[in-house]
Amino acid sequence: MKFLHLIWMNVWRRRIRTTFTLLSVFIAFLLFGLVMTIRAAFSLGVDIAGLDRLVLINKVTLILPLPISYQRQIQQTPGVEFVTHNTWFNGAYQQPNNVLVTIAVDPEPWLAIYPEFIIPGEQAKAFLSDKQGAIVGKDLAARYGWKLGDRIPLISPIWQPKVPWEFNISGIYDGGNSVDKTQFFFRYDYLDENRSSQLTGQVGWYVIKIADTSRAVELGETFDTMFANSGSETKTTTEKGFVEGFAKQIGDIGTITVAIASTVLFMFGLVAASTMVQSVRERTSEIAILKTLGFTDSSILVLVLSESLFITLTAGGLGLAVAWLIVQRGDPTGGLLAIFTLPLRDIIVGIGLMVLMGLVAGVMPAMGAMRLRITDALRRN
Amino acid sequence: MRWLRQTVAVLSLSLRTIPQRLGSSAVAIIGIAGVVVVFVSVLSISAGFSSAMAGSGSQGRALVLRAGADTEMTSGIEGPEIRIIKEAPGIRREGANALASAELYVIIDLPKKSSPDLPANVPLRGIEPTGLQTREEVTIVEGRMFRFGTNEVIVGKAANRQFVGLNVGDTIVSGQKRWVVTGIFEADGGVAETEIWCDVHTLQDLYRRINSFSLVMVTLDSTDAFAAFSEWLMTNPQVNVSVRRENEYYQSQSQTMTRLIDTLGFGIASLMAIGAVFGAILTMYTAVASRTREIATLRALGFNTSSVLLSVLAESLVLGGIGGLIGGIGAYLAFNGYQTSTMNFQTFSQVAFAFRVTPALLVTGLIYALSIGLIGGLLPAIRAARLPIPSALREL
Repeated sequence: MKFLHLIWMNVWRRRIRTTFTLLSVFIAFLLFGLVMTIRAAFSLGVDIAGLDRLVLINKVTLILPLPISYQRQIQQTPGVEFVTHNTWFNGAYQQPNNVLVTIAVDPEPWLAIYPEFIIPGEQAKAFLSDKQGAIVGKDLAARYGWKLGDRIPLISPIWQPKVPWEFNISGIYDGGNSVDKTQFFFRYDYLDENRSSQLTGQVGWYVIKIADTSRAVELGETFDTMFANSGSETKTTTEKGFVEGFAKQIGDIGTITVAIASTVLFMFGLVAASTMVQSVRERTSEIAILKTLGFTDSSILVLVLSESLFITLTAGGLGLAVAWLIVQRGDPTGGLLAIFTLPLRDIIVGIGLMVLMGLVAGVMPAMGAMRLRITDALRRN
Repeated sequence: MRWLRQTVAVLSLSLRTIPQRLGSSAVAIIGIAGVVVVFVSVLSISAGFSSAMAGSGSQGRALVLRAGADTEMTSGIEGPEIRIIKEAPGIRREGANALASAELYVIIDLPKKSSPDLPANVPLRGIEPTGLQTREEVTIVEGRMFRFGTNEVIVGKAANRQFVGLNVGDTIVSGQKRWVVTGIFEADGGVAETEIWCDVHTLQDLYRRINSFSLVMVTLDSTDAFAAFSEWLMTNPQVNVSVRRENEYYQSQSQTMTRLIDTLGFGIASLMAIGAVFGAILTMYTAVASRTREIATLRALGFNTSSVLLSVLAESLVLGGIGGLIGGIGAYLAFNGYQTSTMNFQTFSQVAFAFRVTPALLVTGLIYALSIGLIGGLLPAIRAARLPIPSALREL
């Protein structure tokens, strides 16, 4: 610790060089933070998708409906806590191509099955008592300036003949960072009573809360066998698997973002490393003098490594902090990336990478300095 | 003339000594190449996607969708309306036969070859016999056309490449339905090549959509016939539809995706470029610092300040150019033509496309690289030009 001053002086020996190295590393970790946020956005909230929830869809495709009669059969299966159904509404607001995530739900079980949506008690009550009630995400409400009690008209090309469908905002839900707060939920009974009669009694997909996550696969198979050879065969997966599969359909965003992040870190790590090499090379005779004064090899090693760690940790830390601040301001695309947050896991990974970058950048010059023989070094000049 | 000779002399000296400063020059080159690789490769995704979508539509065809529906997926038109739509003026006719195909567009779950455990939404289009006549660009390249009234299908070339089990002779199991693949088709590289086509009536039975369709695809008499065709349908009280030219329809489908990729790509590349400028500045400072005595000697010999300044700038530009070339060529070799597929956000269905490293992208990348070199060289060049000769000569 008593050498802090020495390290500090060494860091700033060449001010311009240090400044630009710090800036490069700052940019590297700023980019790392932003790229990881994009990666999280494209994973569509898979981190919070429940392992104790199963999603049961029509085997042919998600868009084919299932009969509502399946609900009773699923509910009676041992190991099922509750079951509820969702139906895609495809509601457009103001313009036909401005389609929101609108889902018709069965109010009571829906409120129970998603603990990650935080809804004040009286708002939940209002939703239960108003057939045209809707519960919308905080971000969505903010985007259009909706308040409790507002009447919202939506148009759905799928569910005509009713034009428009009108909803009352009974509640606004909030949730943690990785909860999508841009969705619009309303009551299935309102949909079912007003759509064309040949479609009544059909739902989009089922969400099943199970008591024991270790039985997920087994229960999934039970349901799929139960409905095999019926008019609508089913396919059951965990909610996590379902979301992951959907995200994968966009493309392998994970691989692309990791490739970009690696390129960036390699590029700027190289800058830091080359700075360290030069800075130690310039000080060869100085290090020799330190050794003459009795500095041990290992303390020289620590001295050089601390210098490079100082550079990567300060600049990298600042970069990550600025990335975090930018992310707090919300999705820059105006709604395309519903979940816009820098996951804690990636912050920790980032700090680990700073340490790694500091060590890698400093290790060669540090080893060189450690191995330096005093007589050779002093003779060089 | 003398000035020019001086500049060239100094420049050739600095370029010839680059190998001595290989380490720090490599840092700048790799940094700049990295920026160009990321910039070119990310934007080649959106270039490829939008060219697949833009190439899909013909101006001479129109789609009739239900009013208010913005995609084939959410559109629905009942049989009686279809009959009326087919009577509209402006549709090309061959004898009594209007070149109009009432179609049903749905998706089915099939595994992708790249991730065989996960289902992907593959578009399945039911067509009428006129469906092929309305699309002249479609040719069967393997096997034969499916027979109407059966459970046979033909598969687009890109779908065949991207998804599991879509070769001629394969059976597609979808729920309780079995489809038999009889042929592979090409459609000028358009979106249709990611689709599977079958008889619309067979598909209606499977989806229990009796006499219900998604759209009508028509070939217009001429591209100018659109106005009359559209006008007639929009003012006809018996139908409730919207009409779009096919090319405009596909263009609007690609907008969300390309805008997203372009924004992200430009954003990331710009930040990286700023970082690379810092890297270049460091490199050039080092270059100037290591040549302090040499530069001072030149100046003492009477070489002009501006020649020295220009030579440093030029060296930095050369490093930028090398980085840009390496990055551009690297991105081209690695990504041009790379086949992949993504989900069209508007219809949730898969679209296969290839990354396209276009000449425009390469040129932009190179300009990026040269600008980084130029900006990075500026400060160090000024420093070199301003070196106080006596103290510089004494250095080291």
